[in-house]
Amino acid sequence: MDVLEKLSILTDAAKYDAACTSSGGDRTAKKGYIGNTSASLAGCCHSFSADGRCVTLLKVLMTNCCVYDCKYCVNRRSNDTRRTAFTPEELADLTINFYRRNYIEGLFLSSGVLRSPDYTMELMIKSLRLLREKYRFNGYIHAKAIPGAAPELVEQLGLLADRLSVNIELPSESALKTLAPDKTKGAILAPMRQIQVRNQENKEELVKYRHAPKFAPAGQSTQLIVGATADTDFQILRLTQGLYDRYRLKRVFFSAYVPVVEHALLPAKNVKPPLLREHRLYQADWLLRFYKFRAEELLDESNPSFDTRVDPKCSWALAHLDFFPVEVNTADYETLLRVPGIGIVSARRILTARRVGPLHIDDLKKLGVVMKRAQYFLTASGRVADGLRFTPDSLLHNLIAVEQPLLPQQDMVQLSLFDSAG
Amino acid sequence: MVEMVYYYDGSFDGFLCCIFESYANKEILTAIYRDEDDIPTLFASRSISTDKSHANRVLRKVVKCSTCAAELLQKGFLTCLPEKELHLYHMVVKLLKEGPSFLRNVSDDTLHPVFAAVRHLHGEAHLLKGFVRFSELGGVLGSEIEPKNRVLPLLRSHFCTRYQGETFFIYDKTHKEALFYAAGRAVIRPLEDFQMAAPDETEAHYRVLWKRFYDTIAIKERENPRCRMTNMPKRYWNTMTEFQSEDYFKPQSSPAAGPALSAPDGISVPATPPAPGLSAPASSP
Ligand code: SF4
Repeated sequence: MDVLEKLSILTDAAKYDAACTSSGGDRTAKKGYIGNTSASLAGCCHSFSADGRCVTLLKVLMTNCCVYDCKYCVNRRSNDTRRTAFTPEELADLTINFYRRNYIEGLFLSSGVLRSPDYTMELMIKSLRLLREKYRFNGYIHAKAIPGAAPELVEQLGLLADRLSVNIELPSESALKTLAPDKTKGAILAPMRQIQVRNQENKEELVKYRHAPKFAPAGQSTQLIVGATADTDFQILRLTQGLYDRYRLKRVFFSAYVPVVEHALLPAKNVKPPLLREHRLYQADWLLRFYKFRAEELLDESNPSFDTRVDPKCSWALAHLDFFPVEVNTADYETLLRVPGIGIVSARRILTARRVGPLHIDDLKKLGVVMKRAQYFLTASGRVADGLRFTPDSLLHNLIAVEQPLLPQQDMVQLSLFDSAG
Repeated sequence: MVEMVYYYDGSFDGFLCCIFESYANKEILTAIYRDEDDIPTLFASRSISTDKSHANRVLRKVVKCSTCAAELLQKGFLTCLPEKELHLYHMVVKLLKEGPSFLRNVSDDTLHPVFAAVRHLHGEAHLLKGFVRFSELGGVLGSEIEPKNRVLPLLRSHFCTRYQGETFFIYDKTHKEALFYAAGRAVIRPLEDFQMAAPDETEAHYRVLWKRFYDTIAIKERENPRCRMTNMPKRYWNTMTEFQSEDYFKPQSSPAAGPALSAPDGISVPATPPAPGLSAPASSP
């Protein structure tokens, strides 16, 4: 089979993984090597695919052969599909030649389990070693650790990659038992813990010896599938928070489940992927990571799903109207961040600008505040926006109207309009 | 103080000299035009000649007041802000009169247009760090872009660090200038015209592979043209491999390929960066 065909098969099988970012990496250029990874929050998108997702890394599988039979996965052994595998040489050649042409920021290598977890990891390690040593590649590499592989292999992989990830996929143990019978919670969590501990040790080593080899310097991430099981938004968000707290993950990715198979335990093949839920989870995840929200503030047992009509921050504000209005000239940073329409950048700009003199309502838009949302929740020098009048009801309506055009997909708009009419 | 329109040569130094002369002659500028724009005026006007030492004095003065203002001045000059010269001139006048404190307030009327334009410049440069596409021709990596702002100075260190061992160039079609890099040295030079050569077998091979990857990675069930367009406006697609028509993927030697264009041989000499005013990359007359 030629490389073009292999590339088609192994890309097609890898496309459901949501992670495609080079953020968190900081690999400065080295003499005699090609590439670098600049640490920027936004990462660097090299293209956007027809589904609007950012293309940063060459995202492929080492092989789509798999001895496991996870029900939700296209690569499960019981699926009748064409199988192939890259050789380490082919993969390294592709990566370096794509990188030189600035098609990509690096490689995201995942894999089905060929023969055994250890055998698969060895293949991956061989490819990465070739890339780093022979091709002197100094760009970004994200590699998936295969659950069940020996700790020594995880260690080796971590010394070659910038970021490691172990995908949890299913948000609860019961779902794991029924849908991924070959995997156990323990087998997934063990490498996650190992990576976390090693990462911490490595930070200390690097303080002592500046040239100590780096172990997955961009940390680790994971992915949760949304909508394959009955798990609620609240369960997923609380799990996410727990992963940040207890495993120091850099990112948790969410992937709206695309039905790829008819199975009694899974949504039928004609069910659309729950893109709006995925979108809301990302918004809430952002609030956890950068806005100091806790999962319990956004959802709870009696209210376990996100509002489809407005984003989680607006939703929180509407439930806490007594917290508002916030006076932009005196409020502290954390309080400013709670205002819908004020983000991290505009909150910082407000803090700097108000040192020069008191801010007025008209200044806020130029500071990057989204007034269409924020105006209901703030005052500037004691005043609200000119002619602003609203009741709790009209407030909700106005916020829904602001939200509609921002939703990532057209059919979501119809869906939410329909909801708000009811 | 009298009102006056100034003409200058279009260079950054020339522009700084406009500021210098306006103070020296106690004149308030109502417009600053480039000679080549050839805009007639009914108002009193003056043509400013460029004097490097005057330019340096202005820049030093601005740096002394505020390094942040100096950066805005330099970067603002690269932007596509209409009448950027006048906006920057007003910023400098305000800086010299009132001191730098207004620079902390982004909503300030004098600062805001410059700030927004520089942000646009940064945004475009950031996108292009990803969207630039190189082709390999005889060991040299070449690419073309069509930016609204003059982004090459902002792309320079990024690509020079990343491809430190390569020889490469980026041609800015809009502003007709190119960044050349070879053997650790980079220059940005005007380049009137340039035509990219057709790919050889190897180059065509990787183009095809990339296009296949790009087409395969999208999830059909999630198709979302609007989202793609917002993130990657159509005006960038022109120079991106994945959006080219069939011919782009055919190697030069294949009979179906169009008329072969010459390779940019002028810069394939790896040891020396191309000289200014070069005939290199195959500029067609
Ligand atoms: S182990 Fe991975 S590749 Fe194999 S079936 Fe399960 S999810 Fe798919």
